[in-house]
Amino acid sequence: MKTLEDLKKLREKLQADAQIRHADGIRIIVGMGTCGIAAGAREVMTAVLDEVAKRELKNVTVHQTGCIGMCEKEVLVDIARPGEPRVTYGKVKPADVPKLVSEHVVNGRVVEELVVGKIEA
Amino acid sequence: MQHTRAHVLICAGTGCTSSGAKKVEAAFQTELAKQGLQDEVKVVETGCHGFCEMGPLVIVYPEGVFYCRMQPEDVAEVVESHLLKGRIVKRLLYQEPISMERIPSYKDISFYKKQMRYVLGNCGHINPELIEEYIAVGGYEALGKALTTMTPQGVIDEMKKSGLRGRGGGGFPTGMKWQFASNSPGSKKYVICNADEGDPGAFMDRSVLEGDPHRIIEGMAICGYAIGADEGYIYCRAEYPLAIKRLKIAIRQAEEMGLLGTNIFGSEFNFKLKIKEGAGAFVCGEETALMASIEGKRGMPRPRPPFPAVAGLWGKPTNINNVETFANVPQIIQKGADWYASIGTEKSKGTKVFALTGKINNTGLAEVPIGITMREIIYDIGGGISDNKKFKAVQIGGPSGGCLPEELLDMPIDYDSLLAVGAMMGSGGLVVMDETTCMVDVAKFFLNFTQSESCGKCTPCREGTKRMLEILTRITEGEGKEGDIELLEDLGAQIKDTALCGLGQSAPNPVLSTLRYFRHEYEAHIRDKRCPAGACSKLAAYRITELCKGCGLCKKVCPVGAITGEVKGQHVIDPEVCIKCGACFTKCPFKAIVKG
Amino acid sequence: METVTLTVDGKQVTVPASASVLEACKAAGIKIPSLCYHPELRAEGACRVCVVEIEGVRALPASCVYPVAEGMKVKTNTQRVRKARKTVVELLLANHPDDCLSCQRNLNCELQTIASDLGIREKRFPGEKKKHPLDANNPSLVRDQEKCILCGRCVRACTERQGVNIYSFANRGFDTTVVPAFNQGLDQVPCTYCGQCSSVCPTAAIVEKDDTDLVFAAINDPTKHVIVQTAPSVRVALGEALGMKPGEAVTGQMVAALRRLGFDRVFDTDFSADLTIMEEGAELIHRIQTGGVLPQITSCSPGWVNFIELLYPDLLPHLSTAKSPQQMFGAVVKTYYAEKAGIDPKDIVSVSVMPCTAKKAEAIRPEMRDSGYQDVDYVLTTRELGRMIREAGIEFAQLPAEEFDAPMGISTGAGVIFGSTGGVMEAALRTVAEVLTGKELGCIEFQAVRGLQTMREATVQVGDLPVKVAIVNTLKEARNMMERVRKGEADYHFIEIMACPGGCISGGGQPVPVNPDIRKARQAAIYECDRDAVLRKSHDNPAIKELYDTWLGKPMGEKAHHLLHTHYHPQTRG
Repeated sequence: MKTLEDLKKLREKLQADAQIRHADGIRIIVGMGTCGIAAGAREVMTAVLDEVAKRELKNVTVHQTGCIGMCEKEVLVDIARPGEPRVTYGKVKPADVPKLVSEHVVNGRVVEELVVGKIEA
Repeated sequence: MQHTRAHVLICAGTGCTSSGAKKVEAAFQTELAKQGLQDEVKVVETGCHGFCEMGPLVIVYPEGVFYCRMQPEDVAEVVESHLLKGRIVKRLLYQEPISMERIPSYKDISFYKKQMRYVLGNCGHINPELIEEYIAVGGYEALGKALTTMTPQGVIDEMKKSGLRGRGGGGFPTGMKWQFASNSPGSKKYVICNADEGDPGAFMDRSVLEGDPHRIIEGMAICGYAIGADEGYIYCRAEYPLAIKRLKIAIRQAEEMGLLGTNIFGSEFNFKLKIKEGAGAFVCGEETALMASIEGKRGMPRPRPPFPAVAGLWGKPTNINNVETFANVPQIIQKGADWYASIGTEKSKGTKVFALTGKINNTGLAEVPIGITMREIIYDIGGGISDNKKFKAVQIGGPSGGCLPEELLDMPIDYDSLLAVGAMMGSGGLVVMDETTCMVDVAKFFLNFTQSESCGKCTPCREGTKRMLEILTRITEGEGKEGDIELLEDLGAQIKDTALCGLGQSAPNPVLSTLRYFRHEYEAHIRDKRCPAGACSKLAAYRITELCKGCGLCKKVCPVGAITGEVKGQHVIDPEVCIKCGACFTKCPFKAIVKG
Repeated sequence: METVTLTVDGKQVTVPASASVLEACKAAGIKIPSLCYHPELRAEGACRVCVVEIEGVRALPASCVYPVAEGMKVKTNTQRVRKARKTVVELLLANHPDDCLSCQRNLNCELQTIASDLGIREKRFPGEKKKHPLDANNPSLVRDQEKCILCGRCVRACTERQGVNIYSFANRGFDTTVVPAFNQGLDQVPCTYCGQCSSVCPTAAIVEKDDTDLVFAAINDPTKHVIVQTAPSVRVALGEALGMKPGEAVTGQMVAALRRLGFDRVFDTDFSADLTIMEEGAELIHRIQTGGVLPQITSCSPGWVNFIELLYPDLLPHLSTAKSPQQMFGAVVKTYYAEKAGIDPKDIVSVSVMPCTAKKAEAIRPEMRDSGYQDVDYVLTTRELGRMIREAGIEFAQLPAEEFDAPMGISTGAGVIFGSTGGVMEAALRTVAEVLTGKELGCIEFQAVRGLQTMREATVQVGDLPVKVAIVNTLKEARNMMERVRKGEADYHFIEIMACPGGCISGGGQPVPVNPDIRKARQAAIYECDRDAVLRKSHDNPAIKELYDTWLGKPMGEKAHHLLHTHYHPQTRG
C-alpha cells in the first residue's frame, strides 16, 4: 500500500462483504417456511445468491422469512428497494431469478407478471 | 464466487470465550455444514460487545438479531430455524429486566439504546484479526488523511480543537500533551500506549484492544506523526493474553500492508510499534512507573517535573496516552474536531466508556456522551438496581475514586463535576451499591486494594494507607472509638497533600468521600456498634422474628448454645452469648432470623 | 553558570539553575529535614519529609527533587508544611521498633534526630509493625529490616556508587522491603562487604557487626597479650565519632585512648603499609623487568579484592600477591614480634582498628594464618572504637598525645597516605623511583595522582621508563576499569583500586555521616600527617630496614613470600 488512493480502492472492494452488517440497501427476502422449502425455496435461494454474486451486487442483502400464509403461492420472493413498496412475487422458479434481479433489483422495474402483492414502504 | 447472505458474528472476547464462545462457534460450523449452508453463511469471530454477562453473544446479520447466553446445544435450532427458515429463536433473545419483553434487535435493547458507541463502534462488529475488516469500515483513512493532507502541527491543532481529554484518569487535554512533546527538542521521541488497565472491574481498554486493535495502532501512528516520534510501545498487562495476541497479529498485518514501517503512504513518516508486557502491578499504570518498567526497572513512580514530554522513556521526549484516548484519535482526524466537540459538555468533549458493575441489572461496558447523568446510566442503560433493592451509592473512578449518594444522581457527569464532589472520572469504573452495602466496608475494600498495590516508595502511601486501613478495620469490627473519624480525615488529607504520585494522592478518596456523604454510617459503627447495612459480620446482631415456627433448627446449628426455645414455640437469641457467626441465619427455613 | 533567583520564606536567593529547591533553601540558610535525600546520591523524593509549599503547585512537593525556577516562591515553615512533615515522620515511627535506647545508632540516628527536631510527642498510629529476621550470617554487616525506613539510600549507594547492585526494592504496600536478590542473606549474594550501605543508612537497618565485647573480653583476660594496630585513615576520622569536628588528626589521643582501654601494645598499620610498599614495589619492578602480567593492581582494599574474586576472577593474575597491610601486620606480629618480645604467639591477641567492614571478613579468610595462628583475631571499625572509648568513660578531647610503641609503631609519611585514594600509588612511586634509579627524588609529592575523582591517570617518568598509572576509587569505577583491562585497553603499569569513594577516609566503617566536605577534610588531614612526618619514604623506615636485615631477608625473598604474600582465588556464593 503506497497511497491513500490504494487504501480507498481496497476499502471499496472489501465493503461488499461487510455491507451485510449495515443493512440499509435493497433486500431480497425468500420465503423459507416448510411450505416454501417443499415448493423449492432452497433452489430459488441458491439461484438468488448465485445471481447476486455473479453480478457482484453491492448494497443488496438476502434474507429468509417463514411462512406468511400464502402457501399455495410459494416459492415467495420479496424485493424491497429503500423508499419503494415491498413487492411480493409468487410461484418463483429458479429460472425467474435472473430476470427479477436484473429488472427489479438492478433497474428498479417491477416484474409485473409475477407480482402477488405490494406493501407500501 | 458465492454470495454470502448471512453473517453469524460470534463474540470471541475474553468474557464470551470464558463462557464458551469457542464451543458455540464449532457447533455453528458443524450445523451449517450439516444443512449445506457453509458457503452462504459466514461465521465471523469478533471482539467484545461489552455485555459480557449475557455471553456467549451471537449476532446474526443481515437482521441484526442479538442472541444471548448461547450454548452449543442451542446452535442447531438457530441454524435450522433462523438461518434456514428465517424464524427468529425467541427464547434466546435478550429479555428486558423491567418489562420482561424479549428484544430481537441489538439496537433496540435498552442497554445499547442510550449508548453512543464510537470508540466501541467496531467492537463486536468486525473480526479483529483481519485488517481487511478494519479497512472495510474506513480504517487507516485518518492516518492517510493526516500524513497526506495535514502538517504535524495541524494534527495537534485539530486534537486541541476537539477538546479530547486523557481517558486514563487525569483528564489532561490530549492536544496540549501532544504539543508539549512536539515542542521538546530532540530527534528521538517515543509514543507510549498505556494498556495497563488495572482498576478493579474496568475492562474497556481490554475490550478495545481485543475487538479493534487497529484503531489503537492508527491512533498511535497519528500521534507519532504529530509529535515527531518514529517508535511506539504498547504497554499491556500480561493478564490480557488475548489482547496481546491480537495486537501482535494487527501489528504484523499493518506492517505487511505498509501501514507501519517506513515511508507510510508515500510520506517521509516512519513508525514502528513494539509490545511490552507488564507483570500486573497496579502502579505500572502510572506513567513514570510504566516507563521505568519498560526500561526494565522496578515499576516505581518518580517525581515530576521533568514531565515525560521533556524526559520520558530512556530520557527522551515521550507522549503517553491510554488506550481509550488513542481510540478516539482516528475519528477526530477523520470526522473533524468540530464533529467531536459537538458531543459532550463545555469542558469535557466526546464520549466515555464506563464499566458498569455491582448491584445492577445490566452489567457491562457502556459508551455514553460525557454529560449524561448517573441516573441515565444506572437506570436506563443499567436497567436499575437488581433484586428490587434500593440504590445507595455509586463508586466511580476505580480505587482512587469516590462514592456518590443518591442526591447526586442527576448531576451531569464530566471530569470537573466529579472532582468537585470528591470523585474522579478515573478510567470509568462504575460500581453500583444497594442498601445492603456498608459504606465503611466499601472504603475498607478500596483502601485494602490501594494499600496492597502501593509501590512502597513514598511514606504517605505505603505507611499512611496501612494506618487508615487499620482504623477502618477496627471500625468495622466494633472497635472504633471517638476520634477515629477525625484521625481518618486528617491522615487522608495529609496523604493527599504529600504522596509522590497520583495514585498515592488519590488513595484516600474512597474514605474521604464516604465520610463526606455517609458519615452517619461511620458514626453508627463507632458509637452504636451497629452496621446499618447489616454487612459487617462482627457487628451484625441476629434476632428471631415472629415468623419463627419453632422448628429448632437454629438451636441445633448454633455452635455456642446462644439460642433457646421450646419446640413449636418462639425461639430467642441471647446476644451476650451469640458470636455472630450467622449459622442460624443461613439455616432458618422460614427467613425468621434477621440481622442488623 | 546560569543562575535563577527565587524567594524562600520571603528572602531572595540566587542559585545555579540546576539546583533543587532543597539546595536553594540551604543556600538561604534553611535546613530542610530529609531522610531519603543524600548529597552524593541521586535524589528520589521518596520519604516526603522534605516537603515544602511552592506557589502554584497543588500538593506539597518534595524539595529534594523539585527543580528551582526563576521567580519561584517557596514557603518552608507554614503550618501546613510542618504538619505534613510531622505526619510523615509519625508514620515512619509507627512502623519502627521503639528501641532507641538499646540501638547501635542511639544518638547518631537521622530518624531519631528528625523526630526530635520536629517535636513529635505522641503516637497516633499504634498498629502492626513489620517483622523480619535479622541477617547476620556474614562477618561484616548486620541487616535489621525492622529498622529500615525504605529510604533506598543503600540501594542507590550500592548501585550508583559501587555498581554492585546487591539491594533492590521487593514486594508491595506494607510488605515492601529492601533486600538482596530472593531475600537471601548478604553471605549468599556477591556482596563485597564494602559497607557503603551502612555508611549511608540513616538508621540502624544496616550496621557493622559489633565485635567490641569480644575485644573487651580479650583485654580483660590476664593471660593474653593484646596488641592493636590502627589503620592510617582511622586517625583522621575517629574524632568525629567522639564529638570533634571533621578533619582533625587525633593520632596522639587515639594512641593514649587505646592504652587506657588496656591494650598491651599500641602499634600502627602505617608500619605494615611501609612493608607493603617494599613488597608490592618489588613485585612491580619484577613484573616490569621480567615481562610479567601488567597492569599490576593493588590488593590492599578487601572490598575490592572480594569484588574481583566474585565478578572478574579471570583477571586475578593482575592482582598483586602482596597481602594487605592489616594482614602483613598480623603475620609479622605473631612471628617476628613474638620472637623479639619473647611471647608465645598463642597468647597474643591481635586486634586491628580499620575504616572498613570488609576487613572483618578478610581477617577470617582461611589462608590468612601464615603465622600458624589466625593472624588478625579481631577487627574493629572506627565507629566501634569510638563506642569503646565512650563506654570506658575516656574524655578523649582532654587526652595528652602519646606515641606508638616500637618497633611496629614506627612508620613513614608514605604509610599514612594509604588512607586516601592515590596514597598507595604515591607511596609506591616514592620507593620504586628511588630503587630503580638509585637516585634520591627531588620532589616526593606526586600531585598528579592526588585528588578525589573516581578515576585519575598519570604518567610518571622513572629514569628512562615512563610509568603509566591509574588510580580508581569506588567499585563502579573499578568495574569500568576491569572492562577495559579485560578488553586489553588498559595499558597501565600499575593501578591502585580502592572500593570506597576517596579511599579508606570514607570507608564503610568510618563515622557517619560522610559528605563531600567531610571527605575533603579527612583527606587534607591525611596529607598533613604526611607533611609532618620526619620520614616520608617507606624504604627509609628504620624499623622496616631492621626487619629485613635481621629477620626477613629481602623483599620477595623466601620468608617474605611465605609470610607477606598470598594467592587470591575466585569466590562463588549461594
